[in-house]
Amino acid sequence: MAFNNSWSPSSRELERRATRSRISKRQFLIAAISSIIVIGTLLSVTITSPGWEVVKKTFFDVDYGKEVLPTVIKGLWLNLKLTVIGSICIGIIALSLAILRTTKSAALTPFRFLAAAYTDIFRGVPLLLVILLVGFGVPALQLRAITSNVTILGSVAVILTYSAYVSEVIRSGILSIHPSQKAAARSLGLSSAQTMRYVVLPQALRRVIPPLLNDFVSLLKDTGLVSILGVIDAIRAAQINSSRTFNYTPYVVAAILFLLITIPLTRYTDKAIRGSYSRQSAEGTI
Amino acid sequence: MQPVLEIKNLRKSFGAELVIDDLSLAVPVHTATVLIGASGSGKSTLLRCINLLETIDDGAILLDGVEISDPEIDPDEVRRKLGMVFQSFNLFPHMTVRDNIALSPIKVHQKSKEESFEISNQLLKRFDLLDKAEQYPDRLSGGQQQRVAIIRSLAVNPRLLLLDEVTSALDPVLVNEVLSIVRDLKSDGMTMVLATHEMGFATQVADQVCYLESGTIIERGTPNEVIGNPSNPKTKDFIKRVHQAGRL
Repeated sequence: MAFNNSWSPSSRELERRATRSRISKRQFLIAAISSIIVIGTLLSVTITSPGWEVVKKTFFDVDYGKEVLPTVIKGLWLNLKLTVIGSICIGIIALSLAILRTTKSAALTPFRFLAAAYTDIFRGVPLLLVILLVGFGVPALQLRAITSNVTILGSVAVILTYSAYVSEVIRSGILSIHPSQKAAARSLGLSSAQTMRYVVLPQALRRVIPPLLNDFVSLLKDTGLVSILGVIDAIRAAQINSSRTFNYTPYVVAAILFLLITIPLTRYTDKAIRGSYSRQSAEGTI
Repeated sequence: MQPVLEIKNLRKSFGAELVIDDLSLAVPVHTATVLIGASGSGKSTLLRCINLLETIDDGAILLDGVEISDPEIDPDEVRRKLGMVFQSFNLFPHMTVRDNIALSPIKVHQKSKEESFEISNQLLKRFDLLDKAEQYPDRLSGGQQQRVAIIRSLAVNPRLLLLDEVTSALDPVLVNEVLSIVRDLKSDGMTMVLATHEMGFATQVADQVCYLESGTIIERGTPNEVIGNPSNPKTKDFIKRVHQAGRL
């Protein structure tokens, strides 16, 4: 509108703005004070504890940390590779399973049954056990066509288990879309598959991104479990170093490296999702 | 007598777009004020501002003489005195009709479960919906859902009821069942502000009709003045277009 140039806020509005800024200052102050109290207490309890000097030397030895950093990073590179490749495979398998389990097509009934059995089994068996079974069991079959590379077998085990988890997350997202959306799409003449592809899935996937992010982070950490087959990942590299010197700093180094990856990643994704949500919603201050 | 609701020089914009421009309005007790105007004229935004769903840019909103647009005021406290019904019902799909109605009496107004269910049952009975008490909202027709939504807002005895185009999502037959509730409430003495496109209904129920355009009240008066015999050329034009659309 063109005629709002002449407007200047009334004295009541100026007063109100002052009040708002006073309230936000007050809240900032409260936040700051409570943070100082909580963090201060935690720090002082840690630093004044009787064992602090020893802990500082065995867990936070900066020089030793620098020394082991390259080997831990090399291990972490494996975690990263497995995570990236794994999440692509998991995404494809889990999405197919989820779609399969939510369709009503009669011809797919046996596959639906198999998919349900698959998720039930791989969700229920501990990951470590799956890794051991696949990692040691498959090579024992001595099939020529199948690799005995433990890194590959280990990641297959991780993929098998995580596909089961993730497919359930996606399926719950699909089921959470109101039936009226499907009705609207079908009434526009979209086929069942098109409805899934263009209407249901986009909404469902957006809804399940936060839990999927959770699964992605735990995948990154769980890829380390393949080290039980003899592969060296970040944690295993840290373990080798610290068992040599009885200094636990390598573990702390590994922990920091994991955090350096996961925190920016999750924060960024969270922000991106929030942005796309607020573009679609018409809510005001609530 | 002090009006229940008083709006003074209200101004609200979304970014660069001015939605409500220097709007003033008084709603006396036991009266119905009907807001008419094309979509986008600011009716819904005005109602959302009254319910503190939007932060205003200037002016003041007073409920029973107390300024509720004061940033220090607790919005929950204010909303306890207000009822609001939306165009799209907004019933909670995971609760039965009775639980939808009893939610606020139990959780906000600390009434006992028995008392709240009693209130729900009485209201449902009064508006012929008692047989739906145990049903979930998705199973009801649009008209029934909207009636439940109105009942839900009544269950806490609001001082002021805000109705935002409550019939816009309904077919003409269902419109009547919803409007008859509003007429009932009006004869009970409920103070109301409604945004509507139903001119016939507005004529029956309104004590005051306001025609909004570009966020300001262009013309206000009794239904006979504003709808029956508008004096402002803009209002005349709007009413003429409503006539042409066959909605009067």
